Amino acid sequence: MRRRNRRDARFARPGGPYRRRDLLGLLPFVAFVTLFLLLPASTLVLGAFQGDGGRFTLEHVAGLSQRFILEGYRNSIQVSVVTALIGGAFGFLLAYAVTLGELPTFVRGTVITFAGVASNFAGVPLAFAFISTLGRTGIVTGFVKDLGIDLYKQGFDLYTFAGLSLTYLYFQFPLMILIMAPALDGLKREWREASENLGATVTQYWRHVALPILLPSILGSMVLLFGNAFGAYATAFALTGGTLDLVTIMIGAQIRGNVLYDPGLGYALAVGMIVIMAFSIGLYSLLQRRSERWLR
Amino acid sequence: MKRRRLWPLFWLSLGAVYFFLPLVATTDFSLRAQRGTLSLLAYQRVLQDSQFVSSFLFSLRMALFTILFGVLLIVPTAYWVHLRLPHLRPLIELLTLLPFVVPVIVLVFGLIRIYSRPPLLMTTTPATTDLLLVGGYLVVALPYLYRSIDVGLRAVDIRSLTEAAQSLGAGWGTILMRVVFPNLRTAALTGALLTLAIVIGELTLAQYLARPAFGPYMNLLGKNRAYEPAALSIMSFALTWAAMGTIYWMTRGQQAQIGGGH
Repeated sequence: MRRRNRRDARFARPGGPYRRRDLLGLLPFVAFVTLFLLLPASTLVLGAFQGDGGRFTLEHVAGLSQRFILEGYRNSIQVSVVTALIGGAFGFLLAYAVTLGELPTFVRGTVITFAGVASNFAGVPLAFAFISTLGRTGIVTGFVKDLGIDLYKQGFDLYTFAGLSLTYLYFQFPLMILIMAPALDGLKREWREASENLGATVTQYWRHVALPILLPSILGSMVLLFGNAFGAYATAFALTGGTLDLVTIMIGAQIRGNVLYDPGLGYALAVGMIVIMAFSIGLYSLLQRRSERWLR
Repeated sequence: MKRRRLWPLFWLSLGAVYFFLPLVATTDFSLRAQRGTLSLLAYQRVLQDSQFVSSFLFSLRMALFTILFGVLLIVPTAYWVHLRLPHLRPLIELLTLLPFVVPVIVLVFGLIRIYSRPPLLMTTTPATTDLLLVGGYLVVALPYLYRSIDVGLRAVDIRSLTEAAQSLGAGWGTILMRVVFPNLRTAALTGALLTLAIVIGELTLAQYLARPAFGPYMNLLGKNRAYEPAALSIMSFALTWAAMGTIYWMTRGQQAQIGGGH
């Protein structure tokens, strides 16, 4: 009877002070995250620092300084930086156009939906679409050839750096639109009116008011775009068939067969990716928090 | 006034070209399987391929399992955090961000390393490998699923609803099934559609766990055929479009649909 009373008392305050036992409710979720995310990730980290017989070693991490591995990281970072910058700038301009561009209201909804579709349209089908468009026998390649310009003789190749960047941009800039549109909505009309009343020109308003407020948000989104491209595997694999040396492609080859002839080096390669991703996601969260100071 | 609209219109048209040109070109390409004339031959061949049907159904099944497990795992968790452990919200949000930190190719690498050897051997039978696959999909979908359910929870006064249900004598099970889930229908459906869009054509996890899913099938077809991949691409696009369009329609554009699985 007494036990029951206690239970009822607790039951009656759904939002009451928290008790240790409440933590048990998180158990399934924490167990899932541990089994399918933390454990797999930490086993790679362990493997990266483990030598023969399980002793600690920095050998594998040191092995990352080999030329072909640095090359892989450089390629991955290059594609990610270029598509984050171009996709970020283009996406920002489009987000600006649909939020503050004084276009008819239906444009915004349409563009946001299209951006939602395009940012999710990735991987194998996206690679196919670009092969059909700009591949050697692609429609646009053929069309331009009829006009007298042979893209592939001009040095363009879909299956290299430029082609991959062009393909990644298809999901990069829509992602930027999706993140930036709400941020641009947060710009208060009063700020613009206030600066106009104080005699500021449009340029001055953007330079001294709007851009400083938006900057953390813009930078944060670009960092997210960077991570988005850096971790991408399926699109690159389907497009190039694994011929382009990106870190993700190298890890894939290592899983298929021990191509590095050193499993530890493979783990170190993966851990290097985790470190770079953790850094960029951390930076994104930080900048996002900063931007919330003004844009709610 | 008119002059100020010029630039927005310019950027908008450029965006439209970038968005539509590959689609138009791919559609055109997909119709050229028959020499000299436009035809639906490529689509016909794809649809008649028994592997197309079986791999698509396999992926669909995996997607449904992922959604089912995901909703059963995340709705009670998010509800509990809102109700009882609000001070742990930052921690949970951090956990749901973690899948962004571990790229899919790294995730599958780790999964294989742990679960393809004793004591946690799971890659030997199709059923346990599928479990691994669904777990991996759920990790990838976790941020999106959690976020859409969290947004849904914020929109309803879950505390008052719980108190009302309790004062009417409902237990936790009843509250979850008859109060929380029904109130989160739209949110859960949004998350489910996003998950579907992510899982259905996913390549990396399925390829390295060696399961006969739609992603690896498409990839293989891309290596051997010319026109069928274009047809598949258009069909995938239509599927993504349907999923995203439904989300937009359900939430009336309130929620941005940010997806993953690249």
